[in-house]
Amino acid sequence: MEDRAEVAAKAAGQDGAASAAPASFFDLERAQLARIDAALEAIRSHTAPCRTTSHATWEDDRGMNDRVKRLRHQSETTQPYLDMERALIETKTYLAHEGELSQPELRGMVLRDYFAQKTIRIEPGELIVGEKGRGPQAAPTFPELCCHTLEDMHNMNDREQVNFRVTEDDLVAQRDIIIPFWCRRASRERIMEAQTPAWHDAFEAGIFTEFYEQRAGGHTCLGSERGAHAGFDEIRAQIQDAIDALDYFEDDRAVDKHQELSGMLLALEGVQVLATRYAELAERMAADEPDRHRAEELAQIAENCRVVAHDRPQTYWQWIQRYWFIHLAITSETNPWDAYTPGRLDQHLIGYYTADVVAGRLTREQALELLECLWVKFNNQPAPPKVGVTLKESGTYSDFANINTGGITPDGKDGVNDVSYLILDCMDEMMFIQPNSNVQISRKTPRAFLRRACEVARAGWGQPAFYNTEEIIDELLNAGKSLADARRGGSSGCVETGCWGYEAYPLTGYFNLPKILDITLHDGVDPRTGKMIGIKTGDPRSFATFDELMDAYLRQMDYFIDIKVRGSNINTRLCAQLNPVPFMSLMTEDCIARGEDYNAGGARYNTTYLQGVGIGSITDALASLKYNVFDERRFGMDELLRALDANFQGAEFVRMKNLVSRKTPKYGNDDDYADGVMRAVFDHFHDAVTGRPNMRRGEWRIDMLPTTCHIYFGEVTGASPSGRLAGEPVSDGISPERGADTQGPTAVIKSCSKMDHAATGGTLLNQKFAPAAIEGDKGLDNLADLVRTYFDLDGHHIQFNIVDKATLIDAQKHPEQYPDLIVRVAGFSEKWCNLGRELQDEIINRTEQAF
Amino acid sequence: MGTTPLIFNIQRFSTHDGPGIRTTVFFKGCPLRCAWCHNPESQSFTSELMVDADCCSGCGLCVDVCPEGAIALAPDGRARLDRGRCTACGSCVDYCAQAAREVAGEAAPPVEELVSLLLKDRSFFEQSGGGVTLSGGECLVQDSAYLEDLCARLHASGVHVAVDTCGDVSWERIERVAPYVGLWLYDLKALDDELHRSLTGASNARILDNLVRLVRMGADIRVRMPLVHPVNDSEESIGSTVHFLLDKVGRLPVSLLPYHAAGNGKYRRLGRAPREDFSAPDDQALERIRQRFVDAGFSDVEIGG
Repeated sequence: MEDRAEVAAKAAGQDGAASAAPASFFDLERAQLARIDAALEAIRSHTAPCRTTSHATWEDDRGMNDRVKRLRHQSETTQPYLDMERALIETKTYLAHEGELSQPELRGMVLRDYFAQKTIRIEPGELIVGEKGRGPQAAPTFPELCCHTLEDMHNMNDREQVNFRVTEDDLVAQRDIIIPFWCRRASRERIMEAQTPAWHDAFEAGIFTEFYEQRAGGHTCLGSERGAHAGFDEIRAQIQDAIDALDYFEDDRAVDKHQELSGMLLALEGVQVLATRYAELAERMAADEPDRHRAEELAQIAENCRVVAHDRPQTYWQWIQRYWFIHLAITSETNPWDAYTPGRLDQHLIGYYTADVVAGRLTREQALELLECLWVKFNNQPAPPKVGVTLKESGTYSDFANINTGGITPDGKDGVNDVSYLILDCMDEMMFIQPNSNVQISRKTPRAFLRRACEVARAGWGQPAFYNTEEIIDELLNAGKSLADARRGGSSGCVETGCWGYEAYPLTGYFNLPKILDITLHDGVDPRTGKMIGIKTGDPRSFATFDELMDAYLRQMDYFIDIKVRGSNINTRLCAQLNPVPFMSLMTEDCIARGEDYNAGGARYNTTYLQGVGIGSITDALASLKYNVFDERRFGMDELLRALDANFQGAEFVRMKNLVSRKTPKYGNDDDYADGVMRAVFDHFHDAVTGRPNMRRGEWRIDMLPTTCHIYFGEVTGASPSGRLAGEPVSDGISPERGADTQGPTAVIKSCSKMDHAATGGTLLNQKFAPAAIEGDKGLDNLADLVRTYFDLDGHHIQFNIVDKATLIDAQKHPEQYPDLIVRVAGFSEKWCNLGRELQDEIINRTEQAF
Repeated sequence: MGTTPLIFNIQRFSTHDGPGIRTTVFFKGCPLRCAWCHNPESQSFTSELMVDADCCSGCGLCVDVCPEGAIALAPDGRARLDRGRCTACGSCVDYCAQAAREVAGEAAPPVEELVSLLLKDRSFFEQSGGGVTLSGGECLVQDSAYLEDLCARLHASGVHVAVDTCGDVSWERIERVAPYVGLWLYDLKALDDELHRSLTGASNARILDNLVRLVRMGADIRVRMPLVHPVNDSEESIGSTVHFLLDKVGRLPVSLLPYHAAGNGKYRRLGRAPREDFSAPDDQALERIRQRFVDAGFSDVEIGG
């Protein structure tokens, strides 16, 4: 394809055309490209910034050996920074090709150009190579999705948590190039413009969030045979076969399919170019390397890159390198929520591991070292910078790459193998916030594996999280998957379930269940703003029974669900049109066969999730109304409404606050009265969402998870009839409202298990333990038995924070003394110091199960 | 006693009172008055008001609502309770803006109700080899019929029952529940009777006698020894316990329970002064004590639990 700049140069006749005549259109375009090149040079001149951790030198950092310690130290002591390289190169691609290529081809070209032109490096000691940006902790931006304002950029640099270094040159590039080019093109603007006033009212009130606002739908994992093992040349041939087989006589979509498949070829070429560039770089470095041992390593890295640029990986090491290139491609072509993950890493690797060990090419130590190097790679990729509500709902550096270990095989056998134990050793050693590691526990999982996983979890930082294999299979079967496909599934991101390599299951946003009661109790008005944003369901003082109140609440819920579903259906289509993802598509079945993009419904299964937040809080609020106002008649609706409006402040409300806080049935105590209310709300939410068409030939389903959104949703929600004060966080995941659960972890688990987990796409349960509660062998057994019993009761997921409350309080006072303290937040772990004050308070105040 | 027992706590996920994951029922009332008791609210057979006076904001709402006129604002601005007049009716509890007041001790529900409550964690018991532990205070001095019915129903439901006892009860009470009890957690505080009297207010004669009879009956027993420095952790004191066990009952499993001061706050909330002169034996001393048992041929000796 001839470069448009060259055409411009030819048309201009001679280079420069240094006359005073007005510049031609071609000159203007050439000047634009030159301007971008200058900006690239400027932004590349800045080296990566530093930060400190509790490991003063690499020698006392974590890792099995000096190499890993150095790499981990580099990863941890590099301050995340904004990387404009991708945005600038992408702008060049658009200048050169927008309008001349179809959208899938243009997007494929964006990836190809970026991988052909980006800065590449191999860090000292690295065994696995490749970064998404210019180096470790570089965070590329995605202006085609969200074009940051200069204020956004300052905010990213200046904010206390989850900040990114932004240089003056970055600001200049953004101001002079990115904003002018992208501000009207960015899909965020298109999405916002497409929404109704009712949608904007609800969005601004904090009834729901919108996942497509700053990021693209993603949410899947490596899983198919082709995705996990095929050579890139092999895939190229398969795509070409699909192109050759197009039927231009009968198939009215043949042209669209050709465009999509051509886009895949371009994207695939991109990753092959990147692998080849790394091979060449490694060869050059090997030639210059004075240390013979390192020179051999570099030569092997070159060989690995050469092999996987074209063929199937031959070794354990090559498989990991191949995966890493795929990871970079998927997270560079767009900015997908939840990055990407290898799925069942242990099962993908075991064949290569065994063969290499038998052949004498690999020792267990070397295999672990390569895993630790891969872990560093994940940790080097902070989630793309977020702002506004998106930052509030997901305030973390973690990009949610969630590695599953254990579970079962597609043919139903126990999936735990030697590599599974290696992965546990690796996560135990590395103690990173990402990858977000978990284990799948099936009925066939050996007790030894479960105990070892509990032992790692007991270190207190929230990993691994535990998932229930059989329950996940139930979810997938319930959602219409075949048994074989269901067994290939698992949970990614936080807890969301999908059939890996075969399904697109993007999340669309969080849904604030407690806030809707605020609206209901004010007959459609948001008491925070005085604005009418709901529907009129009647003055609650006029309700004679709890059923009338419940009915009003559920009608308000239906109203907002309609707004949310309608809005997200629009956004789904806009995303498919504007941002096709040809590389993700070629990794996901059956996009090649269908000639259709991942974002447009090309996957075999297409689910859209809506994430319910605050089930504990809404349950306690409704249970309190039912118990105190209607059943026990301790006080009237009017008195309660006055107390809520007064935020329970004042002597007249002391008794009421005590009664609702301490002497009213609450979710999390295995109390059928409260749990029955939970089930009624849950069932309605489920029924109102599940099964609706999602514009991708699939259906809507629900998840119950919060990331960090329970803090934001709490901020916008007034006092609750349960005694929760205005602005306090709502409950996270399916956990009880903080402090509501007084009967210990078994009661929490029993309450949670009364939800129909298999009817969801994932639920999230946080439990916090004092270290003393699970000491010793017996403590380990108790923890394992808790997990087992929850899973016998069909729970989906459970995770643990195991840290003293006193430690957390001290860490809040003296953050500088705890730079590496990691805690479990929701479906992810994060460093304590990266959490906002409200979130820190919320974690400190979670019920500590201590006996 | 023939009256409805009082319960001051039902603790689920109880992991230190017998094997596996358990639910422990704490009955209120005890024949002993151990000086180190970490659950002082377990001693009296009647309900008691517990007040965290440090939290008091002096709002005075409790003063107005007390039907006995037992509360007054003291010169320091805090509510002061006249325990002589307090009937632990609980009226003040709901009016405390600081949530600093609570009543310890509620009438036990009918046996069938309590059993269904305890069976809620059955799946955990079955997974972990746990069950129900009856503790106190002293569970065996509660209404015999109630207790027997409770143990029998749990046993019939296939739930493992452990009884945590001080042993200072009539043999008939033990005999009555013994058929349903899978494990006895049997406290031995001091072998020297004078010392025992001074520390617990009662002789140990019946305690030792009951232990011997239980062993003869073939019961499954774990001996639990609170170790409180400086009162019962001397070499001599431990030595005499070891000798007694070897002479009379054999090498039973033993748990050594080092003293802890976690209950001190409760004393204050009950208007009582905690003992400040006790401590746990240090780690070396604990290890010496453990070794003393091991040397005497005891194979199951654990610290804690």
